[in-house]
Amino acid sequence: MWWVLGSEIVIFGGLLACYLMMRLMYDSWSDAASHTNTVAGAINTFILLTSSLFAVLAHNAAERGKGPLAALYLLLTIGGGLNFLVVKAIEWTNEIKHGYTITTNTFWSFYYTACGLHAMHVIAGMTAMGIVAVGALRGKHLPRVEYVGLYWHFVDIVWIFLFPLIYIAK
Amino acid sequence: MSTHAHRAAASDHEAHGHHDHHEMSFWEKYVFPLDHKMIGMQYFFTGVAMGVIGALMSYAFRMQMAFPGKAVPLFGLITPEFYNSMVTNHGSIMIFWFAMPVLIAAFGNFLIPLMCGCDDMVFPKINRLSYQIFLLSAIILLVSIFMPGGGFGSAWTSYPPLSSSATYNQTPYGAPMWLLAVALEFVAFLLGGINFITTLMNSRAPGMKMYDIPVVLWMIVIASILFMASVGPLIAGAVMLFFDQTMGTGFFDPARGGDPVLWQHLFWFFGHPEVYVVLLPAMGIVAEVLATFARKKLFGYKTILWTAIATGVLSFVVWAHHQFVAGIDPRMANIFTVTTLLISVPVTEMLFVYIATLYGGSIQLTTPMLFAIAFVAEFLIGGVTGIYLGASGADIYFHDTYFVLAHFHYTFIPIAVIAVFAGVYYWFPKMFGRMMNDFWGKVHFWGTAVPFNGIFLPLFYTGAAGDHRRSFDLLNFPEMNQPALIFARQFATVSLLVMLGFQVIFFINFFYSMFRGRKAGANPWNANTLEWVAPSPPPHGNFAELPNCYRGPYEYSVPGRSSDFWPQNEPAN
Ligand code: HEM
Ligand SMILES: [Cu+2]
Repeated sequence: MWWVLGSEIVIFGGLLACYLMMRLMYDSWSDAASHTNTVAGAINTFILLTSSLFAVLAHNAAERGKGPLAALYLLLTIGGGLNFLVVKAIEWTNEIKHGYTITTNTFWSFYYTACGLHAMHVIAGMTAMGIVAVGALRGKHLPRVEYVGLYWHFVDIVWIFLFPLIYIAK
Repeated sequence: MSTHAHRAAASDHEAHGHHDHHEMSFWEKYVFPLDHKMIGMQYFFTGVAMGVIGALMSYAFRMQMAFPGKAVPLFGLITPEFYNSMVTNHGSIMIFWFAMPVLIAAFGNFLIPLMCGCDDMVFPKINRLSYQIFLLSAIILLVSIFMPGGGFGSAWTSYPPLSSSATYNQTPYGAPMWLLAVALEFVAFLLGGINFITTLMNSRAPGMKMYDIPVVLWMIVIASILFMASVGPLIAGAVMLFFDQTMGTGFFDPARGGDPVLWQHLFWFFGHPEVYVVLLPAMGIVAEVLATFARKKLFGYKTILWTAIATGVLSFVVWAHHQFVAGIDPRMANIFTVTTLLISVPVTEMLFVYIATLYGGSIQLTTPMLFAIAFVAEFLIGGVTGIYLGASGADIYFHDTYFVLAHFHYTFIPIAVIAVFAGVYYWFPKMFGRMMNDFWGKVHFWGTAVPFNGIFLPLFYTGAAGDHRRSFDLLNFPEMNQPALIFARQFATVSLLVMLGFQVIFFINFFYSMFRGRKAGANPWNANTLEWVAPSPPPHGNFAELPNCYRGPYEYSVPGRSSDFWPQNEPAN
């Protein structure tokens, strides 16, 4: 598990390092960045942090051997992920309506690539949690709850980096 | 898991009759196996098949180099587009679908559980999945060559903007498919690496301490870690390049606000460590063979480990030596010159340690031993010529000439061909329970190790004289049309034909011995490591009884003992 996370970290690390380099090189980027929807980003940060809390609760329940309770918490975490994706979708629709697409300029290319890659991880995490939740409901494979939780925290942490870089730093 | 827990788990395992001996169907056994040895074989045969395809490609473009404008038997008249696609796919195949799968995945899968003294990988299903993804990637790559517009032709380094837009490279399908194939191949190796590292850490035989692990296992695992730590930025880069190709973003295209040198950083941050990813397992294979046939304790076991780790760490800070002509800051070029020269220290040290192992040994010149010695000798030439290229001043002159090409083939052929042969001849009895023919093995050895020099020594010469690589027809450019070099170019090509011809002997010997070879016992070479304790070929589950480990792997010719070897599983008297 740690190896999966390790290699994922270097992937995002690479992407963000590129972003930072280009960001520092081109002044025009802060102008482009000022068009991102900070409010939506903030809401999403909040949603993800809450869902991470549920993941911790799920882990806690699993440790005490309460499979069904863990499954319930996992379900809540998945719900958080779902909410996140909905907000994201609204945000993207808005932006595309305003004419900011992935080809507009390199900032927007980064924006869509980084957020898109992150969103894919959100979906992957939700799927994994769904599978683990089914097992947990029947009291099986409880240690897995911890692993999906770890993965979810990772997804969360990546977002914590993305948020200030893309939404706040103008 | 502690070794105790492992023991408990293992007996538990047997109690459940996991390896119950019901007849497995053909599909279960050969097509979708969970057994690490069979997955290793799958990697081996797929990798070798890809290697043969890659070699045929080199035949095509070498013929074009030596006899430009003439039809090439089997291929016909070669067009510039086809030439580019051949060069690119040759490089990609040889590194990603031949060297890596054979050296790391095939040997790693086969050897790690056997030499650790356990029954299988920790995650057999992930292991199987890794091979399936790899196979898929190989198929996608091969199909991409035949797509409309032809296969990808921007070289295996795929520098943008040439690689990033079909307007420039004219391969609207070949380019993205190539990239997809490479990305899938990376995923396969990430999955495989997880297994390797976890298995070595968790399932060693009781008593096997860190310094009792055979060098080859260390090397494969260090290489896996190196790969996992370096490939991330390139995966991120590949996503960006893929979007550039298919969605019209401009991450790397200056015309659209991007930066092509950024790709070079991402690529070589991975690309240079990758050289050591394949080098280290080759070094490991050679270490096993040398110690066994010198009948002598491996000299400097700990030195080898720590220099390997040092090489791994250093390999992360040398990448920009590939960018001396890309317009990087000269101060940066100086820094990277220094780090590059530094990295040659541990590598050279390893080679000298190997030579010291040979010194004073009672050497048995078996076929694997010949290959192992040849590895050390030929790799030295590659290493020495690398020093010229590491110095930014000289590299600016040599860059993108056949000199560079000869240099890296003098490293890659020993790694991916000569060391692999050493390993194949050495472990063949374990894999198939039979011996390969030693006489034909030696014929094959001389027919490989000698003509290989005939290919690449002349290319040092033509490269230093200015022959530019990746040019379709050197005669097209008056200043490159150097009649004095034509003989050298042709000599290289003829040597290639000779070398390829001798490989036929290998394949006949290999397949004949697989079915008809002399029967090998469990331990035909009188070697110490644990894989030789298992029957040949080992059944699913490997050992009749899981071995304990009492000592390091290289106790050969220990004074005061009657036999000249001392297997790791034999209790002290
Ligand atoms: C069978 C013997 C081989 C021959 C005769 C051969 C020959 C060549 C030649 C002539 C080129 C470059 C052509 C050009 O740049 O115009 C080339 C490129 C290359 N080869 Fe080989 N090669 C052989 C085996 C290998 C092996 C075993 C490896 C690696 C494990 C390898 C890795 C590469 C790479 C990475 C490139 C660069 C491709 C590029 O520029 O995109 N080759 N080879
Ligand atoms: Cu390099």
